[in-house]
Amino acid sequence: MLIRPKAGILDPQGQAVERALPALGFGGVSHVHVGRLVELDVEDPAKLPEMCERLLANPLIEDYEIVEGAAT
Amino acid sequence: MKFGIVRFPGSCDEVDALLAAERVGEAEILWHQDTDLRGVDAVIVPGGFSYGDYLRVGAIARFAPIMGEVERFARRGGLVLGICNGFQVLCEAGLLPGALLPNTSLRFVCRQVELEVVNASIPWTRACERGERLSIPAKHTTGRYYAPDPVLDELEANDQVVLRYAPGENFNGSARDIAGVCNNAGNVLGLMPHPEHAVDALTGSVDGLRLIGAAA
Repeated sequence: MLIRPKAGILDPQGQAVERALPALGFGGVSHVHVGRLVELDVEDPAKLPEMCERLLANPLIEDYEIVEGAAT
Repeated sequence: MKFGIVRFPGSCDEVDALLAAERVGEAEILWHQDTDLRGVDAVIVPGGFSYGDYLRVGAIARFAPIMGEVERFARRGGLVLGICNGFQVLCEAGLLPGALLPNTSLRFVCRQVELEVVNASIPWTRACERGERLSIPAKHTTGRYYAPDPVLDELEANDQVVLRYAPGENFNGSARDIAGVCNNAGNVLGLMPHPEHAVDALTGSVDGLRLIGAAA
């Protein structure tokens, strides 16, 4: 699950990273947002949205994206 | 009047809350694994870093066994006060609107703040006057109050904004200078500053007792 601050909500962490990159010579970077990655194995992926809604993300302030793939 | 102070693993202000409550009534600690509020008349969810603030502030604490009872108690009209981390927990539990985000400075800030009482008619503020200033310490990294604009409009219309940072005092970037909000019924109050740390003239202010004492 990729969890990121909702669009339009001030993300000072993203802003700080966005300011830091040019200082290292990495220009041309914009719209930096810092979120969380929750990695898990699950028997029933149909339960993932509810897990996100109830615990892993706070839908008021965060968007989430479910990315499925084989366990590595 | 008996206060129950919830203790989670990672709470750190529950003893100060206990001592503050004992100045105005009786008080005891309620363990997070308990499912009995032991007949208390008011519950304080204290500050700290419940469950290490893992995942998101307040996210895990809201599912503690004791919180089911606190929710039932609150929905029946019981008096609940959430301070700092306790405010975050009550927001996560849906007992209060909104959420707390990292301070715009991204820094931990510990300082005395001036608050303005906006609503003096709920049980927790009935000893105050509307417009009165309270001097209470705040200490947090994640205290920027946020709710979508339509929710903020509704809170203002319903008089649910109870405390604001006085002009120039909003150090964390809270929406509309909001320092404390209550639920629609007015029995549940959450605020980021710490009234339990402002109960003795020796440490600079007794204004915290204006809030905690009002409930007693």
